[in-house]
Amino acid sequence: MTLRRLPIRLFSLGLALALAACTSSAPTGEEDTAASDSGDGGEAQLEGDVQIDGSSTVFPISEAMAEEFMADNRGARVTVGVSGSGGGFKKFCAGETDISNASRPIKETEIELCAENGIEYVEIPVAYDGISVIVNDENDWAECLAPDQLGMMWEPDAEGEVNNWNQVKDDYPDQELSLYGPGVDSGTYDYFTEAVVGEDGESRGDYTASEDDNVIVQGVQSDEGGLGFLGFAYFDENRDTLKAVSVENSAGECIPPSRGSIADGTYNPLSRPIFFYVKKDSLENNPVVAAFAEYQISADNKDLITEVGYIPLPEEIVDKAIARLEDGTTGSIFEGGTSIGVKLGEKL
Amino acid sequence: MTTPDSQTFNKDQSTQEQYFTPNLSGRYKWDTVFASFTWLAVGLSVVILAVLLISVVWDGFPRLASDFWGFLTNFPSRKPEQAGLLSALVGTVWVMITVAIFAFPIGVGAGVYLEEFATDNWFTKLIEVNINNLAGVPSIIYGLLGLQLFVRFLEPMTGGRSILSGALTLALLILPIIIVGTREALRAVPDSIRQAGFALGATRWQVIWDQVFPIAIPGILTGTILALSRAIGETAPLITIGALTFISFLPENLQSQFTVLPIQIYNWVSRPQAGFHTNAAAGIIILMVVLLAMNGLAIFLRNKFQKRG
Repeated sequence: MTLRRLPIRLFSLGLALALAACTSSAPTGEEDTAASDSGDGGEAQLEGDVQIDGSSTVFPISEAMAEEFMADNRGARVTVGVSGSGGGFKKFCAGETDISNASRPIKETEIELCAENGIEYVEIPVAYDGISVIVNDENDWAECLAPDQLGMMWEPDAEGEVNNWNQVKDDYPDQELSLYGPGVDSGTYDYFTEAVVGEDGESRGDYTASEDDNVIVQGVQSDEGGLGFLGFAYFDENRDTLKAVSVENSAGECIPPSRGSIADGTYNPLSRPIFFYVKKDSLENNPVVAAFAEYQISADNKDLITEVGYIPLPEEIVDKAIARLEDGTTGSIFEGGTSIGVKLGEKL
Repeated sequence: MTTPDSQTFNKDQSTQEQYFTPNLSGRYKWDTVFASFTWLAVGLSVVILAVLLISVVWDGFPRLASDFWGFLTNFPSRKPEQAGLLSALVGTVWVMITVAIFAFPIGVGAGVYLEEFATDNWFTKLIEVNINNLAGVPSIIYGLLGLQLFVRFLEPMTGGRSILSGALTLALLILPIIIVGTREALRAVPDSIRQAGFALGATRWQVIWDQVFPIAIPGILTGTILALSRAIGETAPLITIGALTFISFLPENLQSQFTVLPIQIYNWVSRPQAGFHTNAAAGIIILMVVLLAMNGLAIFLRNKFQKRG
């Protein structure tokens, strides 16, 4: 008898659970959307949701800011997703998020998509990152490389052709050259190729690509002729086992990546700003979004940016960014183009 | 065998034996070669598994040992030593229970229909081919389907980027596996049992429910648990439907936003600071414990049914 009933019990239990789950959640259906749309809160206590999504490069900054912001404002609920700069803009321009993180400026196609859906946004630079070119610890010849030389290694025509260090410069040793870099979807890749090859997203295909920068670190660590590029924080954490190559800047000086040289702009062209984009509608109608956006660029919180491995913006740029946020200036200062060679201070 | 003349048969055999040399040692040699090959296959997989487990435990255990409770009950943080996986752990549990509630009855129901009720015509064949193909579709495709169907189209019901959307997407992903597993389990039940049932005048329903099911249930549960084990490790479809990475409150209902363990682990693995890598290893240990607990529950249920059957 028990044999007959057990499966029945199991089934009815499952059904009951499913029904209970459906009915209990049905009446609260409006809650989420209502909270994120209006987000009304008292003067003293901020209450409401902030939905952030986008670049994995900017994620550590958002995480740190959200953590501290929520410790100060118990009623605020900030959530951060990681779907890449491009994936973030897709959601942002569909009106699904309040803030979109990006490691590159918004592209022409994304500007059009946002315009189609009537999404206006305020573009705010939040920090600097320096793309670091790294080589193996044993490498004692590559001290300084010019963007042209990097371009020669990475350009599409180099595929299968440039595979020895002595092809880069005559006095370099006869050592096999192997390349490591982020995958083609990443903003770091876009910026680097634009800066050294001259064409956004154009490079040779026969390099070791990884979405995880730690894999690039490991690759170069174990490969005497290896060369790779990645975010400054990854080089900074692995200083003991890697070397960074100095890069010749526009003034012809060889500059190694460092917090100082990235902040003052001498480490060019590989120092880049990273951004977040705030939906204007949320900024005006949701005080929590406005408060969080201000919190994120406030000079009081620049230690958080340093702590997670990025370089805070200089004060004059922060002031201009704050003004931009307060005025609600919409649109992109890059107009769909690149941020290479753009002086943020002048453009903002 | 019957031979008209047994003597001639024996004679034949004896003449044949002159040409036939058994070469026993050669046969046994092949036996040993094949046996050692299978041993090598088993040994290799065990060694690889052991190396993986040891390296993960080596990396992650110190983090668990220093602050086990904090690791389980803290929300994510920028400081590796304060970061925990509470939201991811709770999210995983919510999602897996919801997946099981949807996928188990539908999957087993479809399997029973196809194996026991459906007549063999072009329509059922079409369904069969499709189910077998669906079992091989990459998970990201299900993510895209889930994004359009559950997150965007059914938003009023699912609440958008919610636990419900995620669970329904994963349920779709594992349905083919459950259906195929259920059918295999039902096929293993000898037909004589069904025929005996019908001979005694039982209806189809009575035969399936009282005779076939009790025998097939252990196999069905095994199939289900394999499917759920796949779902618990999935990241790609959940990222596609918009599961979060940083969330520091717990889900309140099925329409809450969420994150799951694999997403949290992936995020920690790809961070620059070594402290997060330790956290990732510790997170993997927790994920394995959750998985083993799930499998343990299934084995417990299976044994329970087997004893009664």
